[in-house]
Amino acid sequence: MITAILLVTLIVVGTALLSWPLGTYMAALFSGRFARADGLFTRIAGRAPGQDWKQYSIALLAFNTLMFAFVFLLLATQHLLPLNPDGQSAASLDLVFNTAASFTTNTNLQHYSGESTWSYLAQLGGLMWLQFVSAATGIAALVALARGISGHASMGNFFLDLQRATFCVLLPLAIIVAFFIALRGVPMTFEGAATATTLEGVAQTIARGPAAAFVAIKQLGTNGGGFFGPNSTHPLENPDFWSNGFSMISIILIPMACVWMFGRIIGRMKHAGVIFAVMMMFLMLKIGGSIAFETAPTQAFMNLPVMQDVGNLEGKELRLGAVTGPLWAVLTTSTSNGSVGAMHDSLNPLTGLMPMVGMWLNATFGGVGVGMINMFLYIVVAVFIAGMMVGRTPEYLGHKVEGGEMRLAILALFSHAVLILGGTAIFAATVWGQETLNNVGAHGFSEILYEFSSAGANNGSGFEGLGDNTVPWNIATGLVMLIGRYLPIIVPLAMVGSLMAKKRRAESAGTLSVEGGTFGTMLVITILIFGALTFFPAAALGPIAEHVSLMR
Amino acid sequence: MTYLLPSVRLWLVTFLVCVVGYAALVFGFAQAFVPHQANGSMIEMNGRVVGSELVAQDFSTPGYFWPRPSAADYDAMGAAGSNLSPTSEDLTARAAEAVARYGATAANPVPADLVAASGGGLDPHISLAGALYQAGRVAAARGIDEAQVRQLAQSTAVAPGGIFAPEPIVNVLELNLALDRLAE
Repeated sequence: MITAILLVTLIVVGTALLSWPLGTYMAALFSGRFARADGLFTRIAGRAPGQDWKQYSIALLAFNTLMFAFVFLLLATQHLLPLNPDGQSAASLDLVFNTAASFTTNTNLQHYSGESTWSYLAQLGGLMWLQFVSAATGIAALVALARGISGHASMGNFFLDLQRATFCVLLPLAIIVAFFIALRGVPMTFEGAATATTLEGVAQTIARGPAAAFVAIKQLGTNGGGFFGPNSTHPLENPDFWSNGFSMISIILIPMACVWMFGRIIGRMKHAGVIFAVMMMFLMLKIGGSIAFETAPTQAFMNLPVMQDVGNLEGKELRLGAVTGPLWAVLTTSTSNGSVGAMHDSLNPLTGLMPMVGMWLNATFGGVGVGMINMFLYIVVAVFIAGMMVGRTPEYLGHKVEGGEMRLAILALFSHAVLILGGTAIFAATVWGQETLNNVGAHGFSEILYEFSSAGANNGSGFEGLGDNTVPWNIATGLVMLIGRYLPIIVPLAMVGSLMAKKRRAESAGTLSVEGGTFGTMLVITILIFGALTFFPAAALGPIAEHVSLMR
Repeated sequence: MTYLLPSVRLWLVTFLVCVVGYAALVFGFAQAFVPHQANGSMIEMNGRVVGSELVAQDFSTPGYFWPRPSAADYDAMGAAGSNLSPTSEDLTARAAEAVARYGATAANPVPADLVAASGGGLDPHISLAGALYQAGRVAAARGIDEAQVRQLAQSTAVAPGGIFAPEPIVNVLELNLALDRLAE
């Protein structure tokens, strides 16, 4: 228990402290403080004029379309291209579509095992490249939103912001993390699989590859796609306790820093402090819950002569320590990362609910850039409801929030629920879902619910027992990921565009302060009502039903 | 064209820097400073590669320590967990097999890690308790003193995360190699 508290404090509080200077640096970077770098980036882009919300969105979509098209082609033709020492053959086109959509949208849902599907060129040149530029896309979108709402004349230039995020934030951090985990034992080789003869004389073929570079950016960019099939439970992807700790820090570092960066760009650090506190509260609640639920021993072993004094061990790695499974599960789903340090399918039922809650809220730090954008939607709704309650015109940072903006906010928030619950309903009712399950009953339902939650939240983790490399799963989740990515980016930009067009007013005594406890409470309630209650019936059918009926 | 041309230029530059340059840098660093780890931590004995110190391999003869169950059957080209729910009857059936293999009884229950499969199916470790549980069988099969085997297991055990994860664990391949060296 003491070791658990110690570890959680070290990881979560430690990273929160690190996120402060990083947020300051990012705000300076995106405010154009580094003129020489900006000059170089402007030359690369050709020119970098200020863009309004439409131009910024079109630029974002244009580059993301190119990302998708290039990686689709690369994955589809990998068997004809070099750097394929293990002789990976052509992948099916529906899997290529799903994978290209998955990595372009920063989701990294994986309906394959890397070591038996993709060549080294496909992994590095396709997937790892997207792990950089899709994360940078998210950060750029948040920066544009922050500029717009803080009274800048334009939202900035997408092509400039994307390079700043890629080269000045993600790349240097990735180099540090890659060096560290390489020292801990993550391989970095272009040789194919190794062949060993075990002590008992059996041949064992061991997949390896250029994993260290891949794993570093997988964690930092809230990507989460593993080099090997079982992600960070694979000993070559996460060799020891220290690589594990470094990975968990990398998962939440930039999402946390994004809140501080937002605060600095809008010039309201107290407001950012309240947002950070609300996010932190939800994060700690989920961590506490999952660690507590996971101390229950494996139910399936209860009537067998098995000594269970360390909680549920199915799907967990001993070298990573007892707390890693539930702690990582919460961190990775709070932030839309989606890498795993234990098999989520084998978590105790209520522990498995915690990552689902994280994906449903999708804003308790959330994905790099986009988590804060999702929180912006909740804030606008909270401000609107609070304004209605006291009978004053709702305002946010001096902007009058009216029906038009509210409709857009609800559209973005509501689409999240529709994608997840609608998809789950269709697949639970048909052979598309039913014939792909690994578990029966309520847990089988949870597998479907989790998969759509993960796709809709652009998370990428899974209840991996699900046999999801089928045409219906690949196409359905591919579409959900694309809608679930671009709608919640473009709609908030449009909202801010609409706010920018209106005259800004000075905040008066009648304005609801967005810096105090009242606002924080209002925000928590809004998140609970919108994020949690919408999904409660589905949770009751899945993990809660399983817990009530099967856990003794 | 306003959007297409910059997109193409960014694609080229980010690809060159973040894929070619970055991968070359990490590759150079890893191969220069930790070549053993960079190539998969392979262990050689008497000139032949016997496995990776990070990857579990199957041991099923009584004279060796056995690893945790593997849902992937120790296939290091297709690592996987069982992904069974902790409430699953299939999991009970699988665990019952492991219990039978170890001959566990209510008076002498088997430590959970020897029954529960790991996430990737390639966990190279067992708990120290799991190693000590097997010491009697290993000693009998090798015809050596059980105290000697227990002592060997204890000397191989480490706390994986110091004070943050103090429960001692043992690398199975390392322990079995030490056993074989004992016999030489």
